[in-house]
Amino acid sequence: MILAPIGFLAEDPVTGDPTLADFGHDPWWLVLVKVVGVFVFLVVMTLFTIWYERRVVARMQVRPGPNRHGPFGLLQSLADGLKLAFKEDIMPLKADKVVFFIAPVISTVCAFTAFSIMPFGPFVSMFGTRTPLQLTDIPVAVLLVLACSGMGIYGIVLGGWASGSTYPLLGGLRSAAQLVSYEVAMGLSFVAVFMTAGTMSTSEIVNAQAQGSPVNLFGFEFTAPSWFFLLLLPSFIIYSISAVGETNRAPFDLPEAESELVGGFHTEYSSLKFALFFLAEYINMVTVSGLCATLFLGGWRAPTSFESFWPGINSGWWPLLWFTIKVLLLLFVFIWLRGTLPRLRYDQFMRFGWKVLIPVNLVWILTLAGIKTLQKQNIPAQEKLIYAGLAVGVILLLALLWPQKKEEPVLPIEEQVARRPEGSFPLPPMDLQVPVSPRANRLTAERETVPATSEEEV
Amino acid sequence: MMLSTQVLAAAAEVPTGEKWVFFLLAPLALAGALGMIIARNAVHSALWLVLTMLSLGVFYIVQAGPFIGMVQIIVYTGAIMMLFLFVLMLVGRDASDSVIETLRGQKVVAVLLGLGLAGLLGTGVYQATRGMPSAGLELANANGNVQGIAQLLFGRYVYVFEVTSALLITAAVGAMLLAHRERAKGERVGQAAQMRARFEPGNYAGPKPGPGVFANSTSVATPAKLPDGTPAERSISPILPTRELTSAEIANKPTEGK
Repeated sequence: MILAPIGFLAEDPVTGDPTLADFGHDPWWLVLVKVVGVFVFLVVMTLFTIWYERRVVARMQVRPGPNRHGPFGLLQSLADGLKLAFKEDIMPLKADKVVFFIAPVISTVCAFTAFSIMPFGPFVSMFGTRTPLQLTDIPVAVLLVLACSGMGIYGIVLGGWASGSTYPLLGGLRSAAQLVSYEVAMGLSFVAVFMTAGTMSTSEIVNAQAQGSPVNLFGFEFTAPSWFFLLLLPSFIIYSISAVGETNRAPFDLPEAESELVGGFHTEYSSLKFALFFLAEYINMVTVSGLCATLFLGGWRAPTSFESFWPGINSGWWPLLWFTIKVLLLLFVFIWLRGTLPRLRYDQFMRFGWKVLIPVNLVWILTLAGIKTLQKQNIPAQEKLIYAGLAVGVILLLALLWPQKKEEPVLPIEEQVARRPEGSFPLPPMDLQVPVSPRANRLTAERETVPATSEEEV
Repeated sequence: MMLSTQVLAAAAEVPTGEKWVFFLLAPLALAGALGMIIARNAVHSALWLVLTMLSLGVFYIVQAGPFIGMVQIIVYTGAIMMLFLFVLMLVGRDASDSVIETLRGQKVVAVLLGLGLAGLLGTGVYQATRGMPSAGLELANANGNVQGIAQLLFGRYVYVFEVTSALLITAAVGAMLLAHRERAKGERVGQAAQMRARFEPGNYAGPKPGPGVFANSTSVATPAKLPDGTPAERSISPILPTRELTSAEIANKPTEGK
């Protein structure tokens, strides 16, 4: 990639979509319009996501969820937000006043900043000016998101410390440890994307996923999938897991584990300061989902195969819709996880991050680098196959010769019961037959009065 | 002096935006550095340092080094300072340094030595770089900033890079060795073993009875009664002083016939 000189519009030669060189030429008022646009998008997404989460979790728990204010209860989160603003703002006596005040501000500012490099779409016409549908792009755009999330955690850590109380402090400490552990895994999962796309700028990563490259394997010609989530599946999985850890969401919400730490870092916060933390958490969710869509799910692009029956699907303002749909689907996964999984124990959580995610990621990057180097070498296919076979053989040999833990033989249940020492906790008899309760008998009798055919129809 | 004319000539070419960023952030960076030294509270000190590091990161970015700027923010501000904070927070909120000098005249000497070191470093760098031709950032960033750094790191300086990483790994392994505690074989009890021990004979697996259960008093110092009427010693906290119970408190709660 060669940076074009300033003042020169350089579209992607294949797709005609924005590249890095297209940014930095907007007039100031257009930048302002875009900034306001991103701000509004994030705030609306936050309000929507809170409602969305409550409705989806309610649906999973077979209850209606908020349905009073506005159509489908859509205005519920707006009402909640207004209520929060009018609540009493409490400053704890032992709080460090300045730090207590700036902590939520840091969190929120960083959350908003991270979204500035998110690509929403291709070139559009805004008030007669042709401009990319993206606030800005820099050569290290993805690293900006990483930096912002790292800085955003300062808000949580400092908020926990400045509250001057034990539970928030523990929440802050947990958050610091969590960030340091899971940001490493997250950063490593970007590496495979950078290696494949050849760039760190978000607009060009989206371009790199526009078309699959042709692959020649054993004489078969086929097109590799263009979206990175298939091409780089391990990275996608690790990113998804560490993104949940990075945003402090269930099952990794240990900094605010309410059964252990009351409310975690935000125990002492109330009113608008609490609202800012809340806002930052939901914006972070939207950001990691947006980044996931950008890096792995083709960005704002609808699948290329759709272009055959709708040629204009990836032009104009439509991609904004595809991007939003992808983000909402990813947010659904966040909510799904929260509705399904219990919180992890702290040591298990740390062990998972350090001993599973990071080593797996390193091995995967090494493998990918090996594949890429083999592809670039100008050697016959048979020789490439030999190299690949050698690597696979070494791995298989290692797996076979790896010392295994001796597994203790599992005794049958009768023997386990017989081996228990005298005076053990009483067990029900193994052949226990629970008698049918008389109430259940009555209920069945009542039900039998209904004709049997109608039961089958239902 | 040649240097000052060069600097002035270069300053004339600096774009307005860059100038503004410099004049806005340079005082902030300095204020951060001073605040770090002056602040009494260790956490405040760390926060001032964060301000300086962030300003430096922005300077790098403005001076056409976006990669090093982002790395500065992610690694130094995001990870290393976070670890510092982690330790400082464990020290406790109200731990401030005392301002009493343990060595007489320590502050004055420290200031003088600091100024001397800064002067030495400044003149050293000036002498080393005087008259050195500068190729310019356009050339260095010709193929993109990240690509340029990658080419240098993994091409020309690959051995230096590898030796540095070996040094860092050695440091990490050393730290792990220092912090590691060898455990005897049976010392570590797993979760499954803990659960098995909980249900072993002689250990009551259920929760302890609360004070006053089945008793005639609501006092926490009154033992709960087991179903056979005997007092349950486990129901009273050991820190409570023992007291003699009245006969009304000892009597079983009348439940017959109700």
